[in-house]
Amino acid sequence: MSEQATPRKVKKPLRKRIPVILAHVLLAVLAAIWLIPIFWVVVTSFRGTQGSYSSTFLPTVYSLKNYVKLFTDFSVFNFPQMLLNTLIVAVANCLISTFFVVSVAYTLSRLRFPSRKKLMSMAMVINLFPGFMAMIANYYIFKMLGWLDGPMLRVAMIAVYAGGAGVGYHIAKGFFDTIPIALDEAAMLDGATKFQVLLKIIMPLSKPIVVYTLLTSFAGPFKDFMLAKVLCGPNKAYYTVAVGMYQMLEKEYIDEWFCSFAAAAVIISIPIAALFLATQKYYATGVSGAVKG
Amino acid sequence: MVKEESRAPEAKVTVPSALKNGSAMVALSSVIWGWGCLVRKQFTKGALYLASEILIIVYMVRSGFYNLSKLITLGDVEQQKVWNEAKSLFEYVDGDRSLTILLYGIVTVAALVLAVLLARMSIKSAYKAEVAFRSGKRVPDFLTEVRDQFDKNLHTTLLSLPILGVLAFTILPLLFMTCMAFTNYSVINNKLVLFDWVGLNNFKRMLDLGGSLGQTFWSVLGWTLAWAVIATFSNYILGVLLSVFINWKEIRAKKFWRFCFVLTVAVPHFVTLMIIRQMLQPTGAVNVLLQSLGWIDAPLPFFTDTTWARVSVILISIWVSVPYVLLQITGILQNIPAELYESARIDGAGPVVTFFKITMPYMLFVTTPYLITSFTGNINNFNTIFLTSQGLPRAVESTAGKTDLLITWLYKLTIDNQYYDIGAVIGIMTFVSLSIVSLLTFHYSGSNKNEEGFR
Repeated sequence: MSEQATPRKVKKPLRKRIPVILAHVLLAVLAAIWLIPIFWVVVTSFRGTQGSYSSTFLPTVYSLKNYVKLFTDFSVFNFPQMLLNTLIVAVANCLISTFFVVSVAYTLSRLRFPSRKKLMSMAMVINLFPGFMAMIANYYIFKMLGWLDGPMLRVAMIAVYAGGAGVGYHIAKGFFDTIPIALDEAAMLDGATKFQVLLKIIMPLSKPIVVYTLLTSFAGPFKDFMLAKVLCGPNKAYYTVAVGMYQMLEKEYIDEWFCSFAAAAVIISIPIAALFLATQKYYATGVSGAVKG
Repeated sequence: MVKEESRAPEAKVTVPSALKNGSAMVALSSVIWGWGCLVRKQFTKGALYLASEILIIVYMVRSGFYNLSKLITLGDVEQQKVWNEAKSLFEYVDGDRSLTILLYGIVTVAALVLAVLLARMSIKSAYKAEVAFRSGKRVPDFLTEVRDQFDKNLHTTLLSLPILGVLAFTILPLLFMTCMAFTNYSVINNKLVLFDWVGLNNFKRMLDLGGSLGQTFWSVLGWTLAWAVIATFSNYILGVLLSVFINWKEIRAKKFWRFCFVLTVAVPHFVTLMIIRQMLQPTGAVNVLLQSLGWIDAPLPFFTDTTWARVSVILISIWVSVPYVLLQITGILQNIPAELYESARIDGAGPVVTFFKITMPYMLFVTTPYLITSFTGNINNFNTIFLTSQGLPRAVESTAGKTDLLITWLYKLTIDNQYYDIGAVIGIMTFVSLSIVSLLTFHYSGSNKNEEGFR
């Protein structure tokens, strides 16, 4: 691979090429370790035989019926409804969370005001409390408000996912900290207000971190099942994908639904992976060189 | 960057100084909010202050004071059976519900705190308006102040909504839960509807090494800390190494390799954990594969033997987290100013020197907060434990298993067993152990001391 990629260059001596080849072999082995579970779930989703137990690592019969079952058999699990539920919560969560996180990170990184250090210490203290502790309390509060049966359940979920997002500003702040402050100072000398600096100067440079925040917060409701499970309880109509899929592996359903669980895993992973690929270029473009001299 | 103090355009207004130097109008603003503003013709602002004062007073009179009085005993009226003559049957009359009383009490206290803050703000703005008036300047009108919110006071505009969200959905619930630690809200003695304050009783039981609860607590705490340290550092070091390795200029198809690892991030965490759990079962794919290759005779005890289970969850954590680290590190690696490398190259520094003198200091500088959050995340890493080992193996007499973290134990105690008081104590103890470790790290880390070091 490495030899063919540089046909025009003078070939390096063998002594220098061996470590490079070894490095590629090592990478390939590591990549295999990381990809095996994903590979396994993909093949299992096409497995023709039922049940969670299989006597072989690879299936013996392949079929599409696990996928068909997800979209036609609503006797126990209504998968399309779960997808829709999760999507609604995820979109609302990612918009609100990103707004919160970027606002807080920008403010704490680039604005100077008296209570700044105090706020950062407070956010840190809050982050030290187990999230699950707040969650149980939230559950009781929503139960008292009567939000847990009916459409308000979605509001409750969004509130819990996005409400406290502001304290998770650290990664975004780390990014803003690396953008040269000279940019802000130059713009303000030219008469820009601080808000204009944020919108016109910093935001265009901050696409990577905004995209990162959008992605992670969008994926949040797809990944979390604890909170959704506790909030949804027996309310099947509002199950998110995670709760539904967790239920598929319960003892009474696992034999019949295990392969469909694998199929569901594939279905929800594909769009998220695609989204990620489409935005991967933002990770590659840094801000170095934005200010010369 | 100019220092904070010298940036401030006017001397800082404090409440005592405002009361001392201001006229009677300023003092009156503490009782009638916004009075000082109204006098200086800041009508909109004054009206907003006044309206909020009226709202708070109405709330306090209608329910606030009642809530506070109930908070002292947490309610003592039990549910009663009352004979209804007309229908000739027993009817249940609701008694007090301690949980509701506790919540409303906290909300009322929060309203009082808000009232104090608003009163202070009212005094300050009255004083500011007065100073402007006395020195002959124009008192800023509402529109000017709104405009200031996007320039001089941009921080308050940007922070208000996020802080409100945190107050309502994180701080309030945490206070609520913290209060429970000082009550006997538990299934024991049937205290689920009506419960009482018990002071530090629960903490005493928890810290007592002689009791069974205390013994479980200390062993779970030990494993939780060991787990967090090992998982955090192995994930970080391996992640940085992998990232630098892929970034090495000799490696071809960088994007492809990164994609391989990052694909595992794209798949929801919870799904991969469930899959790994299935694969590591005695009849799961890994054991089936190894047995069919003839490498092992009996299934490996991934989640049934204490040591196996502990090593397994750490390896699973590495599997799950290294791509995350890679994802975050790569962006930062590429953010290192190119000039730094360029000048290092001109000065004749080799790749090893560049790595230790530029890459690592820069990475540590930017990622110390990340390390702390990741440590916190691992202490509270519910999913990795709950979805794989489920805390097992567990001794019969104990409520906690050998791989249970404080957080999964908290789940078992509250959701499965309804020991809410003990659960709340564990939450607080988790917080205490986290604070000690994290605050020390943060205090001695470079990021805190010199935020602008790399600008």
